[in-house]
Amino acid sequence: MNIFTSKKISINIVSYIILICMAITCLFPLFWMLSSSLKTQDQIFTDMSLVPKHPHWSNYLDAWIKGEFNSYFLNSLIYTVCSVVGIVLISSLAAYGFARLDFPMKNFFYLLLIVTLMIPIPGAFIPLYVLLNKLGLLNTRTGLTLCYINGGLAFGIFILRNFFDYLPKDIEDAAKIDGASKFGIYWRIALPMARPALATLVIFNVLGVWNEFLLALVVLQDKSKMPIQRGLMVFQGTHITDYPLLMAGITIATIPVVIAYIIMQRHIIKGITAGALKQ
Amino acid sequence: MVSYSLNFLISFSAKLSMDTRKSHLENFSFILPALIFFCVFSVYPILKTFQLSVYTWDGIAPVMKFVGLAHYKHIFLNNPVFWKSMGNAGIITLMALTLQNAVALLLALIVNKNIRGKHIFRAIFFLPPILSGIVVGLIWKWIYDGNYGILNYWLSRLGISGQYANWAWLSEIKTALISVGIVHIWKGLGYAFILFLAGLQSIPEDVYEAARIDGADEWAQFKHITAPLLVPVFAIVSILTILGTMQIFDLIYSMTRGGPAGHTSVPITEIYEYMSNGEFGYATTMAIVFGLVLFIVSIAQIRIAKKMKQV
Repeated sequence: MNIFTSKKISINIVSYIILICMAITCLFPLFWMLSSSLKTQDQIFTDMSLVPKHPHWSNYLDAWIKGEFNSYFLNSLIYTVCSVVGIVLISSLAAYGFARLDFPMKNFFYLLLIVTLMIPIPGAFIPLYVLLNKLGLLNTRTGLTLCYINGGLAFGIFILRNFFDYLPKDIEDAAKIDGASKFGIYWRIALPMARPALATLVIFNVLGVWNEFLLALVVLQDKSKMPIQRGLMVFQGTHITDYPLLMAGITIATIPVVIAYIIMQRHIIKGITAGALKQ
Repeated sequence: MVSYSLNFLISFSAKLSMDTRKSHLENFSFILPALIFFCVFSVYPILKTFQLSVYTWDGIAPVMKFVGLAHYKHIFLNNPVFWKSMGNAGIITLMALTLQNAVALLLALIVNKNIRGKHIFRAIFFLPPILSGIVVGLIWKWIYDGNYGILNYWLSRLGISGQYANWAWLSEIKTALISVGIVHIWKGLGYAFILFLAGLQSIPEDVYEAARIDGADEWAQFKHITAPLLVPVFAIVSILTILGTMQIFDLIYSMTRGGPAGHTSVPITEIYEYMSNGEFGYATTMAIVFGLVLFIVSIAQIRIAKKMKQV
């Protein structure tokens, strides 16, 4: 019995050592980013200390103004808010239609929309570039936002339809008897009840749009319209050795993501497992 | 597409009463915005892709030159660089499939054992996957820096000198691809971990209880309960790993841009290069060929998973 317990304890100790090592591995690069962002241009090449003795906070002000990260940051904010609002409205409307309302060829249309989620189309950015060019939307905020909205629709319709399918119909039926219109029922009853699924959808797309790079690279040429991921590459290309300012810019790009993650962690993990495992 | 489906709808509902028809049209209007988006931003690009692949076009000129299957022929016979880029992505994919997923499974097994601080560990492991590829690439580029990077500083403290002192990890042919692969694994590990953990948590505890009563030790439980029940999760994680890694772009673009001398180039960087050089037709054909390769690999993967399930 004694040998058994001591073996169990040593397995537990090994488990914790593995977990702690992995946790340090996950956190260290972020820690190093913060540390580097607080050093001066001279210190960064010589001072390898993890916590700088005299943190140089003004790097953040310099990055925000001189590095133009204020413009990139605000652009990212605009792209994220507009895309996510568009995705939520359009996909919840469609999901409600598929789950609750009746019209011919419903399942055909549903499958058609969902199949786009399944088939990987690498290099779709080329025809999208051609399309936006034709619509006169190349190098515009509208063009990029429309691409982002389209990118989120299939997943949104998929998870919201599943949610509506399991939602009890009683309240909606009562509202129908009271003479509410179909849109009224969707807007005032079904949508508020779908809040848990909407939270997952919102956070999932906030992260996706905020972190997106390739489409922003293909669609935009004007610096003034670029989101922050694009801005980081522009800054890195022109100030190749200004590591403190670059690290401050990276930190500015990362802070909203980390805050959103800390607040909405449960929803993020739920959304990502649901998205993957239900396929 | 839209007018076609509307026509169909109207002719179909002609047989129905006026009221139902009106109600069907109203119901249909709920999915109309999504359908318009779908036609403009998904159907048109897919059709355009196949059209572009048989033309030579610089993206600007009003006239495109028809070349038939010449691009396909050239890619299959005369573009070893493109196939090498697939090989590079393949090597990173193999690293992710083995190393990343093995460690992820191990961590999931440990965390699933009702360990203290379970939620904190889970939150930390899932932090790298939510960061952008550009952010991760730029941070690691700084860590890998040959002259001033913290990695070489530590190695020098450990006494590594001579040829490998100040080693430029990302611009040396020997280490560039592996170094990028390690960053990709660092970023992707938490994602595989979360999926494995969700799979493990869906196995009911009483199955293990019954096995313990029958005298099965931990290894026997893993072999006869956990592993077989995890096969579907294995399949999903593998497919997502393959599709995600083969289409890697942001990390490569921010760390090496495919260098040194194409040793870290991957299909998407190649396609992007051709497109920015104004070879729209050829770049699109590369995308189709690459898409077919991904499709075949996915199908093969699903077949293997199905066979495993039967065993």
